[in-house]
Amino acid sequence: MDDMKFEEALARLEEIVKKMENGDLTLEESLDAFEEGIKLSRLCAKKLNEAERRVEILLKDEDENVEIKPFAGDTENG
Amino acid sequence: MQEILTVTELTTTIKSLLESAFGFLWVTGEISNLRQPRSGHVYCTLKAENSQIRAVVFRQTLRTIGFDLEDGMNIVCRGRLSVYQQRGEYQLIIDAAEPRGLGALQMAFEQLKKRLEEEGLFDPSRKRNIPFLPRRIGIVTSSTGAAIRDILHITKRRYPSIDILIAPVRVQGVEAPPEICGAIATLNTIEDVDVIIVTRGGGSLEDLFPFNNERVARAIFESKIPVISAVGHEIDFTIADFVADLRAPTPSAAAELVVPIKKELVDTIRSLRLRMINSNQRMTHRRTERLSSYYERVKDPRRRIEDLQMNIDDLSERLVTGLRYGFDVRERQLTNYEGLLKLMNPLTRIHNDVLKLDTMKKGVVVGFQQGMSGLKQRLQKDMALLDILSPLAVLERGYGIVRKLPDGTIFKSIKAVEVGDNVNVTVSSGSFNAQVTEIVRE
Repeated sequence: MDDMKFEEALARLEEIVKKMENGDLTLEESLDAFEEGIKLSRLCAKKLNEAERRVEILLKDEDENVEIKPFAGDTENG
Repeated sequence: MQEILTVTELTTTIKSLLESAFGFLWVTGEISNLRQPRSGHVYCTLKAENSQIRAVVFRQTLRTIGFDLEDGMNIVCRGRLSVYQQRGEYQLIIDAAEPRGLGALQMAFEQLKKRLEEEGLFDPSRKRNIPFLPRRIGIVTSSTGAAIRDILHITKRRYPSIDILIAPVRVQGVEAPPEICGAIATLNTIEDVDVIIVTRGGGSLEDLFPFNNERVARAIFESKIPVISAVGHEIDFTIADFVADLRAPTPSAAAELVVPIKKELVDTIRSLRLRMINSNQRMTHRRTERLSSYYERVKDPRRRIEDLQMNIDDLSERLVTGLRYGFDVRERQLTNYEGLLKLMNPLTRIHNDVLKLDTMKKGVVVGFQQGMSGLKQRLQKDMALLDILSPLAVLERGYGIVRKLPDGTIFKSIKAVEVGDNVNVTVSSGSFNAQVTEIVRE
C-alpha cells in the first residue's frame, strides 16, 4: 500500500467511505473496509505531512552528463 | 610589379578572409527566389531594399528549423558566411532561423498549426490526464525568468512539500527550441517526474516563437510524461499549447492546475476519516441494537412462561372469585330453597294432616256415633214403618205374590201372564207352585 499514489489512495478511501455509508457491507466486510480506510487515511496524511520540498535543477557538465543540484533560486524556501 | 594571383588563389584568399572575419553571424531579411532541388537542401535569396545575399539551408538543418520557409517571409537567421569557390560566390549557410515580423510569424504559425493538426498532434483523444498529486514536477523554463519565480511561489503556497525539478533552458531565440526539446527528453528519463510544465512568461510574438516550433511541438508530443504548456499571457496561443496535454493560460495558472491545495486535501482526508468512523459507529450501534433486539426475542420463551404464569394467576384468581361468587349465589339460592323447602316441609303437612286426620277421626267417630244413633232411630222408625208396609203383613191379610218361574219376575199385570206359565205364589207363612191354566181378563 505504501507505494500507492496519493490520488489512488484518496480515491480508494472515498470509495470505502461511500460503501460504508451505504451500509450494505457485512460486518466482516465493514471491519475490513474500516481497517483499510484507516490505513489509507494514515497513508494520505503521511504523504501530506512529508517534509520540506526539494527544488532542484538539472545541470550538464562539460561531457553533457546530467547532474541534479539543489536550486538556489528558491529563496522563499529559505 | 603587382603579384598576379590565380583565380583559385584569389578565391581561396577571399574565402579564408570572409569566413574568418564573420564566423557566426545573425542576419535578417526577406526570403525570395526559394527553391528546393532533389538534394533536399533549400536555396534562396535573402534580400533587403537594395541588397541581397544568397543563402542555403541544408536538409539536416531544415528539420531543426521547425517552420516552413516561404518566399516573402521575413526571417532572422543565424549562419556563417561561406564562399563557393567553383562559382566564385559567397552565400549564407543558415543553421537556425525564426520568422520575423507579425506577418511572417503569423504565416509560420498558421502553416505549422495546419500541418500538425492534420497529422493528428492536437487530437484530444491522445491527451493524457494530469496526475492529481505529482511526486515531482519537471519544469522546462528559464532558471532566471518570471515564470519559474511564479511557479515556485504558487506551488509553495498551495502545497509546500511538492518536489520540483527545473530543467533550465533558454526560452527565446533560435537556440531555445533544441534546448527545450533536450530538456523534455531528459526529464523523461527521470523516474519520479510525473508531469512536465513547459513555460515562459509573457513576451513579444517573436519571443514566444520557440513554442511555435515544430521540433518543440514534436518533443511535447513524444514525451511519455504528460506536459502542461504555459506560454506568455492568457491571450497567447502557441503550437505548444495545442500539442500539450493541458494548456495553462499563464505560468501561475499552470502551478495552480498542477498541485492541489494541501490544506483542502488535509481537510478532505480528515472529513473522509471522520465520515468513515461515524458510519462505522453508526453501523456498530445499529448492529448492537439489532443484536440486543434479537437477544430479547431469544429470551422470549422465559418471558412467555412468565406471561403464562401471570395469565394462570389471573385466571385462577378469577376462577376463585367466580367460584366464590357462584357459591354465594348458589348458597343464597340454597338458603332460599331451604326456606322454601322448610316452608313446604311435608312433616308439617303430615303433622297438620295428622291433626286434621285426628280431628276428622274424632269427627268420624262422633259422626259415626251420631249417624249410628240417628240410623238406629231411623231404623226403628223404618222398621216400624216396614212392619206397616211389609208385604208379609199384607199376605197375612190374604194377598199373594205371583212370580214367574224360573226367573222370579213378579207379575204385576195380567198382560205378562201366559197360559202354561209355571208360577210361584207366595202367601203368608209360605209359598206354592202352580201352573196357569186359564187367563181371565177384566
